[in-house]
Amino acid sequence: MDANEIRKVVLGELRRIAPELEEVAPAKPLRDQVDLDSMDWLNFLVALNERLQIEIPEADYRKLGTLDQVVQYLAAKAR
Amino acid sequence: MIEFKMPSLGADMDEGKLLEWKVKPGDTVKRGDLVAVVETPKAAVDVEIWQEGVIEELVAKPGETVPVGGVLAHLRGAAEPKEAPAKPAAEPEPRPEAKPAPAPGATRHLVSPAARKHARELGVDVEQLPGSGPHGAVTVEDVENAAKGAPKKEAAPPPDKLAAMRKAIAAAMSRSKREIPHYYLSQAIPMQRAADWLTAQNEKRPVADRLLMGALQLKAVALALKDFPDLNGFWRDNALQPAPGIHVGVAISLRQGGLIAPAIHDVAELGLDELMKALADLVRRARAGSLRSSEMSDPTVTVTNLGDQGVDAVFPVIYPPQLAIVGFGRLAPRPWAEDGMTGAVPVVVASLAGDHRASDGHRGARFLAALAALLQEPEKL
Repeated sequence: MDANEIRKVVLGELRRIAPELEEVAPAKPLRDQVDLDSMDWLNFLVALNERLQIEIPEADYRKLGTLDQVVQYLAAKAR
Repeated sequence: MIEFKMPSLGADMDEGKLLEWKVKPGDTVKRGDLVAVVETPKAAVDVEIWQEGVIEELVAKPGETVPVGGVLAHLRGAAEPKEAPAKPAAEPEPRPEAKPAPAPGATRHLVSPAARKHARELGVDVEQLPGSGPHGAVTVEDVENAAKGAPKKEAAPPPDKLAAMRKAIAAAMSRSKREIPHYYLSQAIPMQRAADWLTAQNEKRPVADRLLMGALQLKAVALALKDFPDLNGFWRDNALQPAPGIHVGVAISLRQGGLIAPAIHDVAELGLDELMKALADLVRRARAGSLRSSEMSDPTVTVTNLGDQGVDAVFPVIYPPQLAIVGFGRLAPRPWAEDGMTGAVPVVVASLAGDHRASDGHRGARFLAALAALLQEPEKL
């Protein structure tokens, strides 16, 4: 799966959790754009794990601030 | 004859609208079975029955608004003989089998309250619809798409659900501030041990099994309340009524606006893994509009956590007729002095609003101290 496909999956899962979400600025912190609490964030990561079969350690959460960062992180792990 | 009545699903509910029956005359029901869906100002709720017997008559019709305590159905108890028919009975209809209650964790067909309402207006059977919303919930859009190919029934203008919810919250909170003399206390709690323990736990776990700090906080609140019956229960008829169980209402903000605080039952008795699963399930169903009546009617205390929104501390309002509400602010590094050493440690401010008719600040302070002590030993939670 390439980065574009991963981006579609990420955006799809974000919108499942936050259906009100419209445009996402890829370089802006996600939590500034989407009202995500701890449970939403965990559900988002669980969904990505299920869809992409990629394990995301808790220690890596800090690397997942923006949409671009999430996509880059997952794309690197998918290789 | 047993009367099954409209339950009170919270202090802000005077009446409920019966949306649909899940049973029909002749069905056998037992305690805990889901028998109806009732719309309250806050949500469409799956109503459980706490009596056993055979449904004799469905008194209320779908679409009817019934006051709390109004009769919804008549049941015949297991020992009661069936009433003799007034005239010779026609060929008896085959008796439908009783529906088993869904097993805990069983897959449920989730339907948002707005979608359920809209489906009724458009004549769409939501139970047959695949959902595209969060966790597969049927959304308004799904209903509208289905309705394009379905014959339309008489459409009514959709009521403003958000306005109804605000009205319900306004009524409950106004009553609280009018009737309950609140006292407020707060305590900063060092969370280094809890944070380290949680990190170590989550390192070993796949993402689907990870714990949130909120689960530890809920468990600690419930355990601390075991020694404080004057903070867990109700103020009714000018008297304290301690609750037999500790059913923690969890304040959950809804994406469309407003909030709801359904209960997790017997929190002190749940292991952390069970509690985390129950919490995740409750949040999911609250947001998908699929709560059960006992979850709405049973909270004996409420916990609200606004830490994710960045506030330092919460000064919450008690949900009547409960006796207390516990708030948590954000978990953040702060300067902390202990044993003559100063450093930056994760700290959370826990707050308590208590009903001064039932308890005093002294008791509230002891409760917060007990809560702080429990959070220093996360492995025992």
